[in-house]
Amino acid sequence: MNIDTENRESTNTARRNFLAGIAGMAGVSIASGVTLFSFAEAKEAGEAVTSKVRWGMLIDTNKCEDGCTKCVSACNKENGIGTTGRAETDPQWIRKVQLRDPKTGNQTSLPMMCQHCAEPPCVDVCPTGASFKRADGIVLVDKHSCIGCRYCMMACPYKARSFVHEALEDQKSHAPRGKGTVESCTLCVHRIDKGGIPACVEACADEAGGAMLFGDLNDPKSEIAKRVAKYASRQIRADLGLNPGVRYQGI
Amino acid sequence: MATATKTIYRELKNDPLKYYLAVGLTGLIALIAAAAAYYMETNGHHVTGMNNQIVWGMPHVFAVFLIVAASGALNVASIGSVFGKTAYKPLARLSGLLAIALLAGGLAVLVLDLGRPDRLIVAMTKYNFKSIFAWNIYLYTGFFAIVGVYLWMMLEKRMNRYSSAVGVVAFVWRLALTTGTGSIFGFLVARQSYDAAVFAPLFIAMSFSFGLAIFILVLAIASRADDRPLGDFIVGKLAKLLGVFVAAVLYFVIVQHLTNLYATEHHGVERFILLEGGIITGLFWVGQIILGSFVPLVILFHPAFNKTRAYIYAAASLVILGGMTQIYVIIVGGQAYPLVLFPGMEVKSSFFDGVIHSYAPSLPEIVLGIGGIAVACLVVMIGMRVLRFLPTSLADGAADPHHNIAP
Amino acid sequence: MRLGVFSILGLLFLSLAVMTSSAQADGVPTPQIPKALQKTEKGHAELMRRNHMDLMLHKRDKTVHEGIRGKQYSLKACVSCHAVPGPDKQPVSIKSPKHFCRACHDYAAVSVDCFQCHSSKPPSSAGLVNLLEGFLKR
Repeated sequence: MNIDTENRESTNTARRNFLAGIAGMAGVSIASGVTLFSFAEAKEAGEAVTSKVRWGMLIDTNKCEDGCTKCVSACNKENGIGTTGRAETDPQWIRKVQLRDPKTGNQTSLPMMCQHCAEPPCVDVCPTGASFKRADGIVLVDKHSCIGCRYCMMACPYKARSFVHEALEDQKSHAPRGKGTVESCTLCVHRIDKGGIPACVEACADEAGGAMLFGDLNDPKSEIAKRVAKYASRQIRADLGLNPGVRYQGI
Repeated sequence: MATATKTIYRELKNDPLKYYLAVGLTGLIALIAAAAAYYMETNGHHVTGMNNQIVWGMPHVFAVFLIVAASGALNVASIGSVFGKTAYKPLARLSGLLAIALLAGGLAVLVLDLGRPDRLIVAMTKYNFKSIFAWNIYLYTGFFAIVGVYLWMMLEKRMNRYSSAVGVVAFVWRLALTTGTGSIFGFLVARQSYDAAVFAPLFIAMSFSFGLAIFILVLAIASRADDRPLGDFIVGKLAKLLGVFVAAVLYFVIVQHLTNLYATEHHGVERFILLEGGIITGLFWVGQIILGSFVPLVILFHPAFNKTRAYIYAAASLVILGGMTQIYVIIVGGQAYPLVLFPGMEVKSSFFDGVIHSYAPSLPEIVLGIGGIAVACLVVMIGMRVLRFLPTSLADGAADPHHNIAP
Repeated sequence: MRLGVFSILGLLFLSLAVMTSSAQADGVPTPQIPKALQKTEKGHAELMRRNHMDLMLHKRDKTVHEGIRGKQYSLKACVSCHAVPGPDKQPVSIKSPKHFCRACHDYAAVSVDCFQCHSSKPPSSAGLVNLLEGFLKR
């Protein structure tokens, strides 16, 4: 008998009770190959991501308040990013950048994080292939094969990556991070794979101005695709031709 | 054709006490460096001066310097076998040994600075062929193999006839290797101070210059230590060549900065390196340009100075110091200038956007870098003791093919 | 003299046995493996004992690169079901020699690299605490 089928069928009842209580385990198998999800649009747990989807973000800087760091705190909480008080070596997956045009005095504030490029330079330069782009456009570090050479940090135009400078403890189960490897915004890939949205987007919508819109750029019916089609938006350092998945409105 | 005196090579035979003391001392330095690397790895890189802004620091300065110099050290052999200059032929073996030694030292530093040096096997087994780093892994291992074979062809009498052919392969390979090293920076599209094709030829010129400077000093020290004659003819030839190489580096440095100065987009970074960069600006003008380029040029082209050993060795030492400074300015200076995400805007953030990044190297990372030099020295010392790398005499009569020809 | 040597050897052996907290069977010390919180399918222990590293490796690449997140062979599922309660009735971390993974890995002297990055404890949730309490009462 197929070992997989056997595993699933014989342990169903026991495991369902057990696992249903554990946060982060959204999928509950009810029979071999059949899985129920709490999120309607999610892909099946056993299914690979495809390039039919291109996850992206649209940030409306007009709604982003100067001094508000709700997105940053949400990210830190979600991914277990702490501070040691050594700002120069502490990782930052998302940060707020204040812009001021010296010629006009115009001021803008916006969140900056991994821009999830379609042509990511970090992926190009990574010697081991640890930096990679998922089929759905999310740029990640496979920490299992990252040797910590930091070439990706040299190559990233957005200063989006951080190196873990010291040993970590009590990491979040869904966000493994460790000393000697490079990390950056994962677009909360663990949430996306369950049909959720990134923590920063959620926090911005719930607690702040709702400046961040997340969605599938490839789906013409999605809110984000409609918005980028209707309103002018721009990619940071578009001159490099990297086609980032994060777009900005109002700058 | 002039029947040149046959060159006889011998292992170093000098005072064993002195020799083993030198080897022991160098070994101790290498061990201390290993301890420094262990300290960095167990504590994490926060004990170094490197951070999320200056991601490559002192270890990379030493490593890149040694790797660049490695390919340059091979040049002396190439001049003999590829360009057929007989005067250089007796030096070819030492040139090959020095090339391998410097590369080993440089790579040791590079590898020990990794965040996860325990995963070196991953770097050896998983490749992303779009990465210049991945190419370099091949270029470096290939260099070891080719120079190894080259040395074999030279050391083994029956194989001598193939040495020229292998020498050509080695020469082409070393050009590729330095191109690869320069391209590590040249291909960084996002950084203001990199992203320039000139880095490849610049690094090749640098390798010629640094490698030859190191070669001259090693040759002088080894000859002195083993009481082997070293004539003015060969030293004078090497010195003149060094002068040409130093001028070549200066030329490419001028091209590099003039190109940037022409484009308004790059005025910010040029102003930082050339005028307002504080320590970086000081290192550039005083270390790289005045001490590392002008002074050696004056010495090496001055009709009296370039005949005096002390001046020539001083010039070679200055070229090495200037070279280290130049690589520091390239690596650290290049990162210290912030990325420009929003041209024309003033930027501020909690992650040091828009500010000049500071870097204060810590002792362990400097010790690790020095350890790379120690490893290179060890390889040279042991190699010369067990195999026949150095001719018994490089006196004018032995080294100059025309010396014995009657007037 | 000889007695001294023997007694030292004996002491060494004894302390070794205590250190690895191993059970004695046929005079050979074996690791003491903590019980899982839940019963699983037949053959699970045998399969995992030999193949857990390969199964988890395969699963790992599938998850990281393809986003396949079934619970089977996931490290999170392993550390959840194999959680070991500490004195405070909370699951112990890999720092404790009682941790499920360490019980064998210490014994076999094979280092575990997983927990430099991964959490060695179950994802915190009320459900698990209840489960652990139930387990402790059992």
